Amino acid sequence: MARIEAEVGTPKGGFMKWIDDRFPFTKTMKYHATEYYASKNFNIWYVFGVLSMVMLVNQLLTGVFLTMNYKPSAELAFASVEYIMRDVEWGWLIRYMHSTGASFFFIVVYLHMFRAMLYGSYKKPRELIWIIGMMIFFALMAEAFAGYLLPWGQMSYWGAQVIISLFGAIPAIGDSLVEFIRGDYSISDITLNRFFALHVITLPLALIGLVFVHIVALHEVGSNNPDGVEIKESKDAAGVPLDGVAFHPYHTSKDLVAIVIFLMIFSAVIFFAPEMGGYFLEYANFEPANLLATPEHIAPVWYFTPFYAILRAVPDKLWGSILIAASVALPIFLPWLDKSRVKSIRYRGWMYKSALGLFVVSFVSLGWLGVQPAEGAYVIAARIFSVVYFAFFLLMPYYTAIDKTKPVPERVVYHG
Amino acid sequence: MTDDDLDQTDRNRRHFLAVATTVTGLVGAGFVAFPFLASLKPSARAQALGAPVEVPIGAMEAGEMLRVLWRGKLVFVLKRSEEMLARLPNNIDNLRDPNSEIIEQQPEYAANSTRSVKPEFLIVEGSCTHLGCAPIEDFEVRPAEDWNGGFFCPCHGSKFDMAGRVFQGVPAPTNLRVPPHRFVRDDLVLIGQDSGAA
Repeated sequence: MARIEAEVGTPKGGFMKWIDDRFPFTKTMKYHATEYYASKNFNIWYVFGVLSMVMLVNQLLTGVFLTMNYKPSAELAFASVEYIMRDVEWGWLIRYMHSTGASFFFIVVYLHMFRAMLYGSYKKPRELIWIIGMMIFFALMAEAFAGYLLPWGQMSYWGAQVIISLFGAIPAIGDSLVEFIRGDYSISDITLNRFFALHVITLPLALIGLVFVHIVALHEVGSNNPDGVEIKESKDAAGVPLDGVAFHPYHTSKDLVAIVIFLMIFSAVIFFAPEMGGYFLEYANFEPANLLATPEHIAPVWYFTPFYAILRAVPDKLWGSILIAASVALPIFLPWLDKSRVKSIRYRGWMYKSALGLFVVSFVSLGWLGVQPAEGAYVIAARIFSVVYFAFFLLMPYYTAIDKTKPVPERVVYHG
Repeated sequence: MTDDDLDQTDRNRRHFLAVATTVTGLVGAGFVAFPFLASLKPSARAQALGAPVEVPIGAMEAGEMLRVLWRGKLVFVLKRSEEMLARLPNNIDNLRDPNSEIIEQQPEYAANSTRSVKPEFLIVEGSCTHLGCAPIEDFEVRPAEDWNGGFFCPCHGSKFDMAGRVFQGVPAPTNLRVPPHRFVRDDLVLIGQDSGAA
């Protein structure tokens, strides 16, 4: 009825019209969901973006509930976490969802980033999406680092000591910068309190803002796909990309399946292996921070160990700090380091394929070496893999330029 | 009125006003930022808690080491035996800075071959100069490994001798830092201050 009346001129458009006259709801839904066309040949690699969003929401929700019982003070922090684990109803579940969630967040983010490397999603015209994504990664690292100090365990304390000391390697201003970060002459209650503020306010806000910008930029240029074909270049009469299907309901229903399977795995780990044998929650952290003794074996949580192994491979403080910073920052430049004419791995030559394979091997190996003791053969291996890691990026302009590529089809194709 | 309607004088005025407003705004923002940044520095309470600490050393035996906290930092107070002191010169060829010439690592009065005021008492910060882990004491002499006793950092493998001097080929760049200190009496040392009354 309402529709017919609207057509004959009666100023009644129903509830949605009332909203749309005041807020661009339908317009936004169309632009970002029902008329946002993404390629129809997405494969499993394309679910990790949405899974990263799921983990962000998980961390925000569980984090708020943890904050209600956690005490950000050197005196009380460790006991308040134990209180959450033992005395708060379901507190153990909320805490494990958060601590195991951090590891899962990094798993899906690393896979999401690797997807971009597989299919050249950082290449023109998506350079900004990649750069914003790298900023999200940095914010996430800072968020995880600040969060790890909060339980005030042995590894919290000494891990923070090591990482903050990295800034001390900067010539001239290093020492005063370190004091400025800590707000004290050593890591103390003051440091814990400010890391808490950053962890629950500043960095989550930054993450949310950056994720929003990441998606705005993505929806402006459109999603890449496993063929690296620009689907906007072949449109039908109505202006809809021939190889695209609407994000909602098509991609969302596929994503829902991925989310369900992912949550099953996530739940299984939360219930049966929340500490993952010391990799997700390190055993040394079940001891309160002791300012008088460093744990015998100190290592960051697994998601930082590839970079940490690079730091330890260098027998020099300044160079170690420079190389760990470079190893984290170098991927920003991928859009310009990669000189290949094709985006997707499907049409690249053997050089890029081998380089990417070596990169994965070196990254995973460095991650493993980062939790081993820093001695003998482990250090030698870490040096070799560090060289491979850097060579992947620094030699990229050469091997991608001379690599023999295959012709890219005009439309997306299906393999199997 | 659009920009095209302006004559050159008006355009110059408008440009001047825009620049002047921006610069003034930025200066203001800088002034407002100062209190916030300054609030991140160690507070008056943190500075007060950083006061010197007294350590009684009268009852210490040769080879014994105390761990004390000064400004929340770990400080080792080690009473070295004659034997430990006698072995110090053995390391000289393998050290980065055997004569303590890097000035910020110790006060002037500790820039000597034993890095101490009194030869038997070594007072150093228990914070590895690489990335701040607490070194572990390893005082056992092992001639087979050419080890004359010293400290070993569990984090990244840096090594220091019985005077807190760093060995070559390890990540730590400098000797362990000697905090300011003075002996108030024969049996009492004050860490954190080297002048004035205790």
